[in-house]
Amino acid sequence: MTDSVLRLHERDKSSLPIEYSKEEGDLRIVGFWIFLAAELVLFGTLFGTYLVLQSHTAGGPTAKDLFEIGPVMAETIVLLVSSFTCGLSTIELRRHNTKGLIAWLIVTILLGLVFVGLEANEFYTYAVHEGATLSRSAFLSGFFVLLGTHGCHVSLGIVWIIGILLQLAKRGITPVTARKAFMVGLYWHFLDVVWIFIFTAVYLTGWVI
Amino acid sequence: MIDSIKSFMGWFFVTGDPMIYGADASIALVSIGIVAVLTYFKKWKWLWEEWLTTVDHKRIGIMYIIAALLMLFRGGIDALMMRAQLTLPNMHFLDAEHYNQVFTTHGTIMIIFVAMPFIFGLMNIAVPLQIGARDVAYPFLNALSFWFFFVGAMLFNLSFVIGGSPDAGWSSYAPYAGAELNPGVGQNYYLIGVQISGIGSLATGINFLVTILKMRAPGMTLFKMPMFTWSVLITSVIVVFAFPAFTVALALMTIDRLFGAHFFTIAAGGSPMLWANLFWFWGHPEVYIVLLPVFGIFSEVIATFAHKTLFGYAVMVWSMIAISVLSFITWLHHFFTMGNTAPVNAFFSISTMLIAIPTGVKIFNWLFTLNKGRIQFTTPMLWALAFIPNFTIGGVTGVMLAMAPADYQYHNSYFLVAHFHSTLIAGTVFGIFCGLHYWWPKMFGYLLDERKGKWSFWIFMISFNVCFMPMYFLGLMGMTRRMYTYPAGLGWTPINVVMTIGAVGMGVGFALMAWNIIWSAFYGKKDTTGDPWGGRTLEWVTASPAPEYNFAHIPEVSTRDAFTAMKEEKEKGLAKSSKPYEPIHMPNNTGIPVIMASFMFVAGFGFVFEWYWMGIPGLIGVIACMIARSFVYNDHHYISIDEIKRTEAATGRLS
Ligand code: HEM
Ligand SMILES: [Cu+2]
Repeated sequence: MTDSVLRLHERDKSSLPIEYSKEEGDLRIVGFWIFLAAELVLFGTLFGTYLVLQSHTAGGPTAKDLFEIGPVMAETIVLLVSSFTCGLSTIELRRHNTKGLIAWLIVTILLGLVFVGLEANEFYTYAVHEGATLSRSAFLSGFFVLLGTHGCHVSLGIVWIIGILLQLAKRGITPVTARKAFMVGLYWHFLDVVWIFIFTAVYLTGWVI
Repeated sequence: MIDSIKSFMGWFFVTGDPMIYGADASIALVSIGIVAVLTYFKKWKWLWEEWLTTVDHKRIGIMYIIAALLMLFRGGIDALMMRAQLTLPNMHFLDAEHYNQVFTTHGTIMIIFVAMPFIFGLMNIAVPLQIGARDVAYPFLNALSFWFFFVGAMLFNLSFVIGGSPDAGWSSYAPYAGAELNPGVGQNYYLIGVQISGIGSLATGINFLVTILKMRAPGMTLFKMPMFTWSVLITSVIVVFAFPAFTVALALMTIDRLFGAHFFTIAAGGSPMLWANLFWFWGHPEVYIVLLPVFGIFSEVIATFAHKTLFGYAVMVWSMIAISVLSFITWLHHFFTMGNTAPVNAFFSISTMLIAIPTGVKIFNWLFTLNKGRIQFTTPMLWALAFIPNFTIGGVTGVMLAMAPADYQYHNSYFLVAHFHSTLIAGTVFGIFCGLHYWWPKMFGYLLDERKGKWSFWIFMISFNVCFMPMYFLGLMGMTRRMYTYPAGLGWTPINVVMTIGAVGMGVGFALMAWNIIWSAFYGKKDTTGDPWGGRTLEWVTASPAPEYNFAHIPEVSTRDAFTAMKEEKEKGLAKSSKPYEPIHMPNNTGIPVIMASFMFVAGFGFVFEWYWMGIPGLIGVIACMIARSFVYNDHHYISIDEIKRTEAATGRLS
């Protein structure tokens, strides 16, 4: 039986990117991927729930009545661009450029804040102007909880990036801060992927069906 | 003012039942007693520094096991109360409401707060040692998992004196568990207590998955791992994929109850069946989460005491993998009778029966391991041997239940209750008792007394059969699950009397085991070699109890049963010359996990009572702890060569 591919820690470390350069960084990043797998199941369950309940509008507003293209497109574009800037920050990380890394992370959280603001506004419009609240129907319960969970994740991501920015400002790029910046990047891209599914499963199908 | 305080107290504390007042008094007395003893012996500092802040997997394992034993006691009392109520027809020991609460807390506690944490405890003790590692991948997270489990369990247990217990069964079916039909805080306790400990379980799953994949000793490839480690690896995968679904299900029902959403209600388009699906999508894999690790324990123990390598190693592994995959596609067998179409029932019926194949393969592998072995009847071995026939009965009746048309007859009868106790007791409980006796010397450095151990085994095992074998027939005679009393004249009475006798016998067996633990703490035989049983795997290489750093040198592995191979080499005089020691890098203790979990407790309590002024600050405290942790950079220390030499010399291992 040959050695398992997963046993990176017995290999030479010098050729690896900085975030993998310490054994601990390697361990944490693998664990984080597994955590993301668990998150995938979590969101998968929420999507399943939403799709089951989508037609249960109980005489209240339907997806077609509520969703407007404009704000949704704005949210989508802002979040996708933030994923791009987050990717740029990882490139700067690999180039060991602390300033560039910090700058792109700041852009990323600003875009994240815009996204959260737009989403809050969307929720507010539905709830106050259209009477579409969490307790109006099963469909709306599913909608608010699925999107709310994603929105909470983005907000937590913002808090997390701020914490990492403080550490980067103080310590620069070390194997530990690099690992943290890399992991938050993974998290951010993951949320972007979830949004693409939301866009498809919630908004696109909502407009069509 | 006085009146409003009075009415608040009357609502806040559970009142009106002498048994509850007795419980109140005993809780108060025990708490005062613990505080007094700790203060008198000046042990507070010791408690904080050695236990509450520890990140050592061995100590965390011990804490898991202590907590699980206490919960087993509580769950056992619940069981005895139910059996007392059902002994004779038309009894009034418990009323209907109280009976509902008791079977709900019994089921929830036994599964979530006994079976899982006990197994996590044994995992913590044995897995890092078996793979030759110095700790788990994330020691901090490991401590956090334990404390989340612990506060979740405490919150759940608080319900019976403050606010009232949940009463919707451990499966908490909607719509009965919803706010409309089940007002009050009881069900909130279930949702939030189980949620908090579930977060800990998920973290444990990730932790052990990474530990086993990445931290094995040099030379230990996946197919050279001990079987218990294999079972934990596979279980961890199940945990990672099953628990998030439960997290969501619990959260959705909480949102239904607290914020008026309509996921599982009848009104406004909610879907009660959605709950049943989400619950069992987690719930069926959950039964394998508490079963696969004990399969691993039995594999170790049977190989050790038959003095043979495990028969069919690779087949054992592949059957566990097959079980883990199948476990995700059988959940619907819990509600064959709830209006599915015939093809759907047929699919789940077949997928369920398929699980019997890999399980049967494992049973035969154990039998073949015993075949021509030199069998030594120690207490752990007795539990393992008793498991085989008793569990097989549970398995066979499981296949009977899997036949959808027949299930219309068995469903929710005592036949079902007997079936799942045959698997949970003869499987999980025998397994954790087996592991407890087997690894006890590794945990504490002395053995549990064999004579008392065997007595408790025989009493418990025979009483188990006295209690649960007649139960199958009672089910076939028509007595249904969760009924709080029954009329005379149905022919059920004699069987019920016998069952209660059996239940009391199990209580006696457990009490004897508890006595054995106390007795052995004083008079138990010391384990000076670190290898009291002639073990085959790496946990027996090091001293008992293992030093903080586990291994002064990380062992090198070339075969399965690595320790047996080492011993053989030594006999042939091939032992390797010893290398010099190097300083060892270990994680620091930290108070953050226990503090963070305490905030979680406060938050949980607040949300149970819908006191947001309490719940939200609690959550903020949790987040503040996370941030604080993120800024800690100095989290390791080195153990010096001198200290290693001193420790090794103390156990006579300095070469
Ligand atoms: C001393 C041993 C035990 C006895 C005498 C016992 C007895 C009982 C009884 C009488 C019931 C309720 C039946 C009903 O009214 O429907 C029950 C339910 C249950 N038991 Fe046990 N039990 C024991 C140990 C265990 C263990 C070790 C586990 C799990 C590890 C367990 C898990 C459950 C579950 C999940 C339920 C279902 C609760 C529900 O209906 O919601 N029991 N048990
Ligand atoms: Cu099942």
